[in-house]
Amino acid sequence: MAELLQFVFSGLTVGAIYALVALGFTLIYKSSDIINFAQGEFVMLGGMVTVFAALAGMPLPVAAAVSVIATTATGLALHRFAVAPARGATPVALIMITIGASIFLRGVAQIVFDKRFHSLPSLFGNDPIKVGGAAILPQSLVVLACAAIIVVVLWLFIERTMLGKAVIATAANRLAARLIGVDTRRIVDFSFAVSAAIGAVAGILITPIALTSYDAGTLLALKGFAAAMLGGIGSAPGAVVGGLIIGMIEALSAGYVSSNYKDAVAFLIILAVLIFIPQGLFGRAKVERV
Amino acid sequence: MIVLQTDRLAISFGGVRAIDGVSLSIAAGQVFSIIGPNGSGKTTLFNLVSGLYTPNAGSIELAGETVTHLAPDQLARRGLSRTFQNLQIFSRMSVLENVMVGRHRHERTGILADLLHWPTVPRQNKATREAALIALDRVGLSDSADRAAGSLAYGALKRLEIARALASEPKVLLLDEPAAGCNPVETEDIDRLIRSLVVDGITVVLVEHDMRLVMNISDRVHVLQSGRTLTEGTPEEVRSNPAVIEAYLGVHGSQEAGRALD
Amino acid sequence: MRALLDTRLLPALAVALIVIALPWFFPSMYYYRIGALVFIFALAVVGLNLLMGFAGQVSLGHAGFLGIGAYAVAIGPTHLGMPSWLSLLAGAAVSGFVAFLVGRPILRLKGHYLAVATLGFGLLIAIVFTNEAGWTGGPDGMSVPRLVLFGWAVKGSDTWYWISGGTCVVGFLLALNLMHSPTGRALQAIHDSEVAAQVLGIDVASKKLAIFIVSAMYASVAGSYLALFNGHVTPEVAGFLRSIELVAMVVLGGMGSIVGSLVGAVVLVVLPQALTMFHEYEQALLGLIVMVFMIFLRRGIVPSLALLVARPRK
Repeated sequence: MAELLQFVFSGLTVGAIYALVALGFTLIYKSSDIINFAQGEFVMLGGMVTVFAALAGMPLPVAAAVSVIATTATGLALHRFAVAPARGATPVALIMITIGASIFLRGVAQIVFDKRFHSLPSLFGNDPIKVGGAAILPQSLVVLACAAIIVVVLWLFIERTMLGKAVIATAANRLAARLIGVDTRRIVDFSFAVSAAIGAVAGILITPIALTSYDAGTLLALKGFAAAMLGGIGSAPGAVVGGLIIGMIEALSAGYVSSNYKDAVAFLIILAVLIFIPQGLFGRAKVERV
Repeated sequence: MIVLQTDRLAISFGGVRAIDGVSLSIAAGQVFSIIGPNGSGKTTLFNLVSGLYTPNAGSIELAGETVTHLAPDQLARRGLSRTFQNLQIFSRMSVLENVMVGRHRHERTGILADLLHWPTVPRQNKATREAALIALDRVGLSDSADRAAGSLAYGALKRLEIARALASEPKVLLLDEPAAGCNPVETEDIDRLIRSLVVDGITVVLVEHDMRLVMNISDRVHVLQSGRTLTEGTPEEVRSNPAVIEAYLGVHGSQEAGRALD
Repeated sequence: MRALLDTRLLPALAVALIVIALPWFFPSMYYYRIGALVFIFALAVVGLNLLMGFAGQVSLGHAGFLGIGAYAVAIGPTHLGMPSWLSLLAGAAVSGFVAFLVGRPILRLKGHYLAVATLGFGLLIAIVFTNEAGWTGGPDGMSVPRLVLFGWAVKGSDTWYWISGGTCVVGFLLALNLMHSPTGRALQAIHDSEVAAQVLGIDVASKKLAIFIVSAMYASVAGSYLALFNGHVTPEVAGFLRSIELVAMVVLGGMGSIVGSLVGAVVLVVLPQALTMFHEYEQALLGLIVMVFMIFLRRGIVPSLALLVARPRK
């Protein structure tokens, strides 16, 4: 029982990160129909830039802030220089562009930083808290709390502000949004920036637990994408639920089945979702008109 | 002989009954037209009959065989072919190659023979090419055979689709608005073409808005409204039917139709 | 003789001439090695090109099949006592079979759903190779016994240059044959309009599956050659980066262009070799190349050149 609780907690923790990555995917997908494979790199940059900024002498909070700003700028640049010029390309071409960007960012990180694993100090120390026989790291609670806050803030923003409404409008019908005066390019800029920021925060939060390295992004992007697909791509609540589910299944299968194949879980889920329920848990099936 | 028939065909899309219990019976060698206001379900009906949609209820019979749940390619092999309202041309291929694809169900080489370029393959290519040229000639596009399909004018593209469908040697040909966007001269060409198809024994089912064409050429006309059958009959019967006039033709349209029939 | 002059075969002829003529310019054995690698990858790329450029599908996990072929010639002789040539054939058969199993459900998907499904598939294969250390030697890989044909050990970059060059020409020939055949026309039709292809009697699902299997087998043979040539294989051969490299070669050279497959392979094999001192920059460069081409030169090198040549004549 204690073991189960342990797995549940670690599953929820890593699931929260997947949820944030998935949320980033969803935000960009909703406003521009693009699957951004560089999403994982935002998380990687969040952690790595903080580490190296701190190593360069900045106090941790400043390093973190610098990291979020740098990553947000990267997200913006990605849209402006790589994605926007290719407007009108096929979905596959756009995916290839973001994959190219992801590899590019990895390659640059490898050169600018290094190839080793890095960590950050936990926010509240490393002494595990005992709950029901299981030991939970304080950082896990930080991750869960921050993820919840981000989700709520995002939700409030989308529902309650004009900018949020503009995002929804752009997502629903780009041409119509433009016709009522929404600057859709700014909106997509914005969603890339916010996704990058969310990714960066997720990276900073998880590094104390899971470490980070120049290539940590790829796996995260794929798992985050699996989560978004599971929840139903385009559905924000779906992204969160999907992330938590995948985190849980991963932790439980690592614990009870085989830890070697832990990473395979997400991919098996992607395949299963695509084959059996392509619209995901909360999505709606599309009817193709001829 | 009844070559195509549907019995209480129905399909819904997310709660909307696009087709609601439509039954029709088409005899061989006829020109059978389906008309109705926009949104009445004409193209949906075509999509059902050609296997692109699966009905929620009802059945479809082709030459006496129940084909309700068959896929489009299976229907094609049983002699059903169609054109599309919003043109589905193979734009990367030449005009001739488009029509050659239409010969697919008569081609006999498999992928292994194709990979190895067995002697049967060049023979097949030649036979396909010749049959395709004949179909192209039928619609008057022989001169454009080697042009890129995407470079043709709209009216020519409509004829190309017909040639392509003809190349498969269908028994039943569904034409989805063949005269849409055509000028009167092009429409005349379509008229003549359809008549020549009937002479060759092909049953033609037409969805059309051009009332003159419909009334001129049809043996029977079936009127749809909101997914249901309003009435069916000869062109004269339909055009003078008050319910049809009210729902679709309007007084002016009825006069148009009348002029066509005189 | 007339068959040889058939325009259909010109690209294959051109490649054959290149294969034969190039060694005259080779100052050292090292160049034979580069040439062999180029032809090995060109073989995989032509198969992928048939799937992507010609039939309009996408596979972001194709290195998985490369890996199956590579590990087949490692595992067969080492663990199963099979001769290398038989292991190569077995690898191709297994790849074809896996493509059949996976293709049936996956090829129903379109666009980015298909892309991600193939991505997931490729990654799964790489994970299996990394984890099943008992068979595959784990993350460090395993050594590959030399190919022995008729009692003669096949070794040396120059030998492999001729073997892979010759196989590449054959592979190009088969692809060209396919393109000018009923199956080829059906595949092109599927690319342009699946719906229209269906109503003309084309069984779209089975055609897609067939070309997926063919392209998988191309990759498998290339993977086997790679492993036999290098004498070693690691799970990276089936990895994500490899899959993207293959797609990049297709796109660079030109989707649907047979000659482009060779061009793409040349660029992405020669470039890292030329930059050996900048080895660290490889990934960044690959990413940059993919981005630049997909944004500005989506058609690829060969088709773009062809357009440039055609335009002045107007």
